[in-house]
Amino acid sequence: MKRLEQTFADNRIKGETTLVAYLTSGYPNLGETVGLISAAAEAGADVIELGVPFSDPLGDGPVIQATGQIALDTGTTAAATLDIVAEARAAGVEVPIVLMGYCNPFLRYGLAQLYDDAKSAGADGFVVPDLPAREGAEWVKNAEAAELGQVFFAAPGSSTERIAESAAASRGFLYVLAANGVTGVRAELDPGVPAYLDRVRSVCEVPMAVGFGISRPEHVAALHGRADGVIVGSALLQRIGEAKDAAGRLRATTGLIASLKAATR
Amino acid sequence: MNGRFGEYGGQFVAETLVGPLEELEAEYEKALADPEFLAELDRLLKMFVGRPTPITPMQRLGATENGVQLWLKREDLTHTGAHKINNSIGQALLARRLGKKRIIAETGAGQHGVAVAAACAYLGLDATVYMGRVDAERQAPNVQRMKLLGAKVRLVDLGTATLKDAINEAIREWIAHPDTTHYLLGSVVGPHPFPTIVRGFQSVIGREARAQFLDENGALPDAVVACVGGGSNAAGMFSAFLDDPVRLVGVQAAGEGKGGQGGHAAPLLYGDPGVLQGTRTYLLQDDDGQIQLTHSIAPGLDYAGVGPEHSHFKDTGKVEYISASDDEALDAFAALSAQEGIVPALESAHAVAGALKVAREYGPGSTILVNLSGRGDKDLTSAMAALQQREELRNEAA
Repeated sequence: MKRLEQTFADNRIKGETTLVAYLTSGYPNLGETVGLISAAAEAGADVIELGVPFSDPLGDGPVIQATGQIALDTGTTAAATLDIVAEARAAGVEVPIVLMGYCNPFLRYGLAQLYDDAKSAGADGFVVPDLPAREGAEWVKNAEAAELGQVFFAAPGSSTERIAESAAASRGFLYVLAANGVTGVRAELDPGVPAYLDRVRSVCEVPMAVGFGISRPEHVAALHGRADGVIVGSALLQRIGEAKDAAGRLRATTGLIASLKAATR
Repeated sequence: MNGRFGEYGGQFVAETLVGPLEELEAEYEKALADPEFLAELDRLLKMFVGRPTPITPMQRLGATENGVQLWLKREDLTHTGAHKINNSIGQALLARRLGKKRIIAETGAGQHGVAVAAACAYLGLDATVYMGRVDAERQAPNVQRMKLLGAKVRLVDLGTATLKDAINEAIREWIAHPDTTHYLLGSVVGPHPFPTIVRGFQSVIGREARAQFLDENGALPDAVVACVGGGSNAAGMFSAFLDDPVRLVGVQAAGEGKGGQGGHAAPLLYGDPGVLQGTRTYLLQDDDGQIQLTHSIAPGLDYAGVGPEHSHFKDTGKVEYISASDDEALDAFAALSAQEGIVPALESAHAVAGALKVAREYGPGSTILVNLSGRGDKDLTSAMAALQQREELRNEAA
């Protein structure tokens, strides 16, 4: 949690947008994930969002859903993901790592145990896309006890009152959805995004990180100064998926992250 | 409405859907208080759906089981052939109140899809129905009916390509277009307020059946039995008897009949509480919380979850949940057809099979009311093939 707050605060002082890179745990296999995390961090990712795969990922579009299925097929679990976080820390990764996952696998693990183990492994918080703030009291309690972040969402159709509620419940940052729908690359940012971000800003005291459809340096540049952070997932996983071998996947990660990070300044 | 049934239910959805769910809840409450809406619903149930449906006493079936008199509530006689039409008409009217002209829906057996397509055609709404490719192959006639009724049918190849995956795709589509589209969910599952709304529109089954049964028998039945996949026909039927001294029995699909060893769709018997598709309820899941594969010969029962109210009924003991296997359902399918002249849906055959088990605990003079949720035309090909295969296996064994 401290590491997460510090990262957003440091970038704010530097006048940079915080770049959050999403990777699916266990994709393309458990052996390569730590290397991809390290590569993303070295190329400029300020925060890593590491996805725990679920059989029924309702908030995900085709790219992330497919990576999750491959990860499940190779035996990736919440416990295996915590091991990856611990390995990444042992390998010297220092950027904050937040775990993204759907309610059920986390509930099955047991919330109190999960937050304890996540803290021990070196994780910094949780992003749960099927958990609105009103259902999140127990999760927030555990996050507070373990001093971890707990990220809730704002959507374009959310009332200002609901956005305020989600922002107040969030620890670390508020995940601001740039569009309705599921995750995935979109050609253009919605023209209504700036006004919507201003509305979110008016009721939000934690950092705002914008995700969904952000795939190009121009998108990142367009959000510079309006959002505290940007989140890139599908575009990165798409590049990784297109690469032919492990070395190519590392190059694809480094290349895209470096170009996106350059646009945050 | 607080959206909870004990510790079950809730709204575990993307933030994008919270607004539309709140809007839906508010409109439903307004509609229930609006005499014009209620009158329009009653008129459509009478003039389009064909309500009230009768209750029918069995002539032979059940008599062999300790002389118990079985009665069927005949939802198979509704327009489109299953109880699903009650909810489809109700929600389509709600969608019209909400100013939403585009309807999306999911279907497993195709019965809900056909009901949505028919309701939308009648009310002039645009319908798109998501269906798993496996289900579409098992229920080809219903796919043709939906298309004829003007609905677009989108086949889903993801996951198990059955009901659960069709629901996932419908929810994804709804997340993308929450302002213009109404998701017409077909069972008492999903996030609040759907379980309450669907039960509300299906409660007509129980209200009619209770009054009809009292009228015919001067007393309430000893037991009321219904099949439970998602659980909407059962929720509608049971809702009228919750305050009565009547035994309520839900029948889940035991599939291959291996108990908890897989190959079934009975989360209330072999599952654990968890969160799926927006609600907290009993689920079939593995040790890591991944949703497990299910199996039932009845596509409408082939679901890894169940309505959250049923989970609450299970924990409180308000309803007793038993199971019937594919084999037992096929026996009931054949027996009801040959002995009573009624070809039931395979889903409903599970209820009949369950009722015959319950009947063994009673003696002459006892009465059991079974909800016959739908008719079996859609299942003829798969049921006849299964019956023939069984016959061949038995002949080989002999």
